Amino acid sequence: MSVSGVDAGPLLDVRDLKVAFTRKGRPDVLAVDGVSFTVETGETVGLVGESGSGKSVTSLAVMRLLPERGVRIGGEVHFDGDDLLTLPAERMRDIRGKDIAMVFQDPMSSLNPVVPIGIQVTEVLKRHQDLRGDAATTEARELLARVGIPDPTRRLKEYPHQLSGGMRQRALIAMALACQPRLLIADEPTTALDVTIQAQILELLKELVRDTGTALVLITHDLGVVAGVVDTVHVMYSGKVVESAQRHELFADPRHPYTGGLLASVPRLDAPRGASLHPIPGSPADLRPWSQGCAFAPRCANQIEPCVVEQPVLEESLGRSLRCYNPLTADEEVPA
Amino acid sequence: MSTAEAAETDRSTVEVPGEPAAAEATRDEQVRHRREIRQEDVLLSIRGLKVHFPIKSGIVVDRQVGSVKAVDGVDLDVPRGSTVGLVGESGCGKTTLGRAVLRLIEPTAGTVSFDGIDIAGLADEDMRRMRRRMQMIFQDPMASLDPRQSVESVLTEPRRAHGIEGGQSKGVSELLDLVGLPASAASRYPHEFSGGQRQRIGIARAIALEPDLIIADEPVSALDVSIQAQVVNLLEELQDRLGLTYVVIAHDLAVVRHIADVVAVMYLGGIVEQAASDALYTAPYHPYTKALMSAVPIPDPVVEDTRERILLTGDLPSPANPPSGCRFHTRCPYRQPTRCDDERPALRDMAPGHTVACHWAEQIHAGVITPRASAVVEAAVRDEPPPTRVPLPGDPTTTTLGPPPGV
Repeated sequence: MSVSGVDAGPLLDVRDLKVAFTRKGRPDVLAVDGVSFTVETGETVGLVGESGSGKSVTSLAVMRLLPERGVRIGGEVHFDGDDLLTLPAERMRDIRGKDIAMVFQDPMSSLNPVVPIGIQVTEVLKRHQDLRGDAATTEARELLARVGIPDPTRRLKEYPHQLSGGMRQRALIAMALACQPRLLIADEPTTALDVTIQAQILELLKELVRDTGTALVLITHDLGVVAGVVDTVHVMYSGKVVESAQRHELFADPRHPYTGGLLASVPRLDAPRGASLHPIPGSPADLRPWSQGCAFAPRCANQIEPCVVEQPVLEESLGRSLRCYNPLTADEEVPA
Repeated sequence: MSTAEAAETDRSTVEVPGEPAAAEATRDEQVRHRREIRQEDVLLSIRGLKVHFPIKSGIVVDRQVGSVKAVDGVDLDVPRGSTVGLVGESGCGKTTLGRAVLRLIEPTAGTVSFDGIDIAGLADEDMRRMRRRMQMIFQDPMASLDPRQSVESVLTEPRRAHGIEGGQSKGVSELLDLVGLPASAASRYPHEFSGGQRQRIGIARAIALEPDLIIADEPVSALDVSIQAQVVNLLEELQDRLGLTYVVIAHDLAVVRHIADVVAVMYLGGIVEQAASDALYTAPYHPYTKALMSAVPIPDPVVEDTRERILLTGDLPSPANPPSGCRFHTRCPYRQPTRCDDERPALRDMAPGHTVACHWAEQIHAGVITPRASAVVEAAVRDEPPPTRVPLPGDPTTTTLGPPPGV
């Protein structure tokens, strides 16, 4: 496995990615609007946002898994020197599953219900590593064992419905890891799971990142999941990144009113009963296009005049990026 | 505990606008006072409740070959005016318990007495009338509202069903006002609203008949994170204004800690631990509660990096064939060679108002029995090397951003 990407720049470099869903006779829907981020080898990057923020579409666009029709994609996605968006489909198929693998939210709907787990895992090995027969089965068994599935020999013959939710997610992770990908994209990998199983899966992902050096893009709506796992966090709102920072910085000192608002509105397990919650007014559905200023402005307590006139740009300063005219300041706890 | 302190101080830095602190304090005090005086007045009392679903087999003759013991012997008291939280993982029976209380599912055994009346023995028509006083809020507001029914119709239907005109019920505009929706919402249809607003409609429907008890089954889990707090606050506000009693069923422990006075933790059809909310979270006795708490991610990297985590192995056993003895023994990191496998522990009082179903609760609490080493993920193991690029959290000088040019 070559790790030549280390010196040649980031492993994954997404530049100004735009995804628009086109509709006949109606204006396009810009689901992702100029998203840029990089992922280094061995780094864990979190994309955080609510439904409709464009986090999943971003990952699907990177993997080129969006349908050809009805979608316009702009920008560049550099992976190890290649622009994934312009690669021939044939070449992309080689990369997908081998160099970049993906784990989806709902393990039941991403596994084929009528094919045993073993065949689904060996399929990846056959396609990308040219393993056949016993060699493939042995490898598949080892993969299942590695992700913590007890009795892998028996599980290989079983169908997805015979596995529990956590077990299925482990099987999916095993498939994703089959070819030792250099980049793993996990889209809400624990959202469908119970907390105790979620803890197991997150622990597994962390262990894999540590042991194999694979880079991980973790997409989630759960700030708690991000807090314990990732290195860098990108907070998305309405198709744009509004704030990016190292996780310690972001949580200790959120600057974007949306990030601050999210943190203040989530009940924390370690907060005493009755600690007040401060919800963000409105809902993500109250979208306004970025062309008319900041999309978050209608819900923002920090709104000032420029916010509704011109859209803020993402500015970088001291290792963090922020898209806001009137950010929270470090000592300002209660915005006016 | 230093982590708790860290969390405390950290929380204060992310506070966003709200009511002035003083007003908040008096409100809190009132709430506490109100709760104390009602402590002894039990509105809902559940004793030995069982709900078993038959498993049938055979094509011509249905033979019962077993049963899924969804709820298997639950005792629970809900004081008037308080909030009781039911937490547990999927399949633990919390939803079935909630539905059995309203007799939306017929209990197999046990009694449910509501305001002194045993509702398990009520005739259908009497039960229907009784439901005016006990309402439910469902998880998915889209699925629980008829897409072809206007909001006005949704909110007046309960009255029509119970043959009430005016008097004992609230008008549509009053209801909408209570849940924070504009009066113009009355003529609109569910699809015109966002998820949070739909849940508000569901709540308005539940309070339309001025019930005493509301069972809220996962009231916020289908909502976006930024919306959840709105609905949680609304529920609390309505409780204060209308004197409601809540049973809140949720898998999100943080939400339950926030909203509930008393929390009951369920595992495989039974309650394993029950205590006042803060007591349960600060000093859990039962191994399952401990594991559950340690599994909940906290949105604070400092806490996440320093806390110890107890990982459970495996999955929930099938409720059709629950393990013998303590139901949790197959996954318990504290399992002992005696008693755990063959003797089902009963709920015992460990502290005032704190009951635990574990044979070894005292020894575990005293630290005499420790968890299997393999089950504990030490903070140090999970910790990555200290991030060098990151300035110290809370250091304001390193992270102050100037206003963008031109503003």
